Amino acid sequence: MGEVMADDRLSAMLLEHEIRGFLHAEADLLDDRRFPEWLDLLAEDVRYWMPITRNVRHDQSALEYTREQQDSCWFDEGKETLRQRVQQLQTGIHWAEEPRSRTAHLLTNIRIVSALPDAASAKEVEVRSRFLLYRNRIHDETDILAGKRLDHLRREEGGWRISRREIRLDQSVLLAKNLTTFF
Amino acid sequence: MDTLNSLVDLQAGTVSREIFVNDEIFRQELERIFGRAWLFVGHEDLVPKPDDFFVSRMGTESVILTRDRQGKINVLLNSCMHRGMKLCRSDGGNTRAFTCPYHGWSYSTDGRLVETPGELVGVPGFATHYRGELDKKSWGLVHCPRVVNYKGTIWASWDAKAPDFEDYLGGFRIYLDAALDHRDGREGGSEMVGGVQKWRVKCNWKFAAENFIGDLYHDISHRSVDLVGIGPSGGKGRRDRPRGRTTIGFPGLGHGGLAELPHHAEPDYVATYRNHPEVEEYYRQVHEARVRNLGDRLRVTTGTGTIFPNMSFHGRQPRTIAVFHPISPTEMEMWRIYLVDRDAPQVVKDVARHYYLRYSGPGGMTESDDMENWVYATEASMGPVARRFPYNYQMGAGHSQPIPELPGGFDGGEYSEQNARVLYGRWKQLMEGGDWDALMAPGSHAAMEPAHG
Ligand code: FES
Ligand SMILES: [Fe+2]
Repeated sequence: MGEVMADDRLSAMLLEHEIRGFLHAEADLLDDRRFPEWLDLLAEDVRYWMPITRNVRHDQSALEYTREQQDSCWFDEGKETLRQRVQQLQTGIHWAEEPRSRTAHLLTNIRIVSALPDAASAKEVEVRSRFLLYRNRIHDETDILAGKRLDHLRREEGGWRISRREIRLDQSVLLAKNLTTFF
Repeated sequence: MDTLNSLVDLQAGTVSREIFVNDEIFRQELERIFGRAWLFVGHEDLVPKPDDFFVSRMGTESVILTRDRQGKINVLLNSCMHRGMKLCRSDGGNTRAFTCPYHGWSYSTDGRLVETPGELVGVPGFATHYRGELDKKSWGLVHCPRVVNYKGTIWASWDAKAPDFEDYLGGFRIYLDAALDHRDGREGGSEMVGGVQKWRVKCNWKFAAENFIGDLYHDISHRSVDLVGIGPSGGKGRRDRPRGRTTIGFPGLGHGGLAELPHHAEPDYVATYRNHPEVEEYYRQVHEARVRNLGDRLRVTTGTGTIFPNMSFHGRQPRTIAVFHPISPTEMEMWRIYLVDRDAPQVVKDVARHYYLRYSGPGGMTESDDMENWVYATEASMGPVARRFPYNYQMGAGHSQPIPELPGGFDGGEYSEQNARVLYGRWKQLMEGGDWDALMAPGSHAAMEPAHG
C-alpha cells in the first residue's frame, strides 16, 4: 500500500518535471525568436485568449474579466491567426517589431492543477503559472507585463502540445503601446 | 508662445511641431478644446440598467457616466466636492449612491430623491459637527451641462453654450450614421461588444485623430499585414477593397473621413465572407433589406472618420469607435469599443468580433504598426532643433472640390492631406477662443480649403 502511494507521488513529480521542462523550452523558443518552431508546439485547435481586466468593487467580481467568446479582449486567437502573426513578423516590415523586441519570458509558480486520466499516464494536463514578460526595444521602450497563465496541454504524437492558453494580465489599462509579442 | 497663425499655416500647408510637444499649448488645449467641444464619453450599452455607472474621461479629467432610476443618462465629474477625493476608482458597476471613502459624503443620481443628478444627500455629522449649517444643495457633484445620446453613443460638453450636437456634426453626420445605423439602413440598431480596450501610447493625441480623419497616404505602415492578408474574404489585404473611397472633409467643423461620396442608388452586392457561408447569407439579406429600406434616399458607406477633436470611427471593416484621451503633450490613453448589428445572428457577431480584434487595438495586426509611427514621430519632434521645422501637410492643397449634396463639405480626392488641414484649421479656431456663433458661422473657414477649378 505504502509503495503505491509513493508511486503516485513519484508519477506526479515526474509529470511536473516534464511539464516544467516543456514550458521552459517553449519560453526559449519565444525569446530566441524561433517562432515557426513555437507554432509547432501549438495544437491545431489551440485557443489563445487574453481577456481585458477591469477594476470592480469587491462584490462585483464577476465583472473583473471580459467574457470569453462574447466580449472584447486583447487576444482571441486560433492557430490560423497565430500563424498569420508569425508570418507578419517574418515580412521584415512589421514596423512595431522592426527592429525586433528583446524579450525574456520568466515563468514561475508552475503547478499542475489536473492530469487526465492520471499523473502516471497523463494525456491531458491543466497547468497554472505566473509570467513576467520583459520587453525592451530600441533604446528605452520597456514593458513589464506580469500575470497568470492557465495552460491546457495535450499529449499528441511527437510530444506535448498546447491546446489552450488563457492569459490574465495584471493591468487594466495596458501600459504598453502594443502587443506584438507572444505570451 | 508663438502666435497661432505661425503654428498652423494653412496657406503654406505646414503645422509647427510645437503643437505636438509643448506643455503650454497642451494646457491651453485642455481648456479651449476639451473644455468646450462635444466629447465622446461612452455608449449606452455600458450603462444598460438603472444605477449602472461607467467611469470615463473628458480631456484629462475623470467623469462618471450614470443611468439614474428614471433611465436618464448623466455625466458627473468624478471628484468629491468636499476635498477632491476621486469617488469611483472602479471602472464601472451598479450602485445606488456614490459614497466618498475620505469623509463619507454621499451623492445620489436618483431623480426621485434629488433635484439635480449628483446632489449631496448624505453628510456624516450633518446635525452635530456641521450643526445643520452646511448648504447641501450647493455642494452636489459637478454635472456636465450638455449630454446627448446619439444612436447609442453618449456625448458631452462642459460648455452650456455649445451648439446642439446635431449641428456640431453638421453635414458629416451622414458618415457617423453609416457606422451607427443598422447595415440594412434602419436608424440606430448597432450594439456595443462588451468591454473597452484601454491602453497608453506615448504620442500626442492628435496623431491618432489625424490618422483616422483620412490619411490614406500611410499605407506603407500596413504593408506587412497586407502581405499576410487578414481580410474577411480570406487571404487578400487587411480589408476588402472599399468602393469609391475619397477624402471628405468639413473645414468649418473639423470633421472628416475616408468614405464614399453620397449617392442615391445602392451598388450591387459583392460577396465578402467566402469562408463563412452563414455570414455571407446574412449580409446578402441585409443588402436586400437595405435596398428596400433606403429606396432612393441619399446614403454613404464609411471607411474611417474623425469627429473633432478626439473621437474616430471605422464604419465597416472593422466597425469600431476609438477615443484619444490626452494625458500629457506626449502621451495619450487610447480606447476602443466595437460595434455589431444588434439583431444579427450570434455567428455573424462572432466572426465580426474576431476580425475586429485581429485588425484593431494594441494587439491588432494593423493597428499595432500605427502606434509605432505615432510614438517615434512624437519622440523625434521633441528636441529644440527639431521643433524649428514644421510638419508638411501640402498634399492636394488647392485641389479640393465642394460636394454639392453636402453643404460645407469638400472632396479632396483619394490621396490628399485636405483633412489634416481641416483638423488643424478647426484646432486653430478653437484655440483662438471665439464664441460659438462665430465658430459655427458658415463660411468662417472660407480661406481654409480653396476649391480650384
Ligand atoms: S473628500 Fe469626500 S468626503 Fe471629504
Ligand atoms: Fe493606420
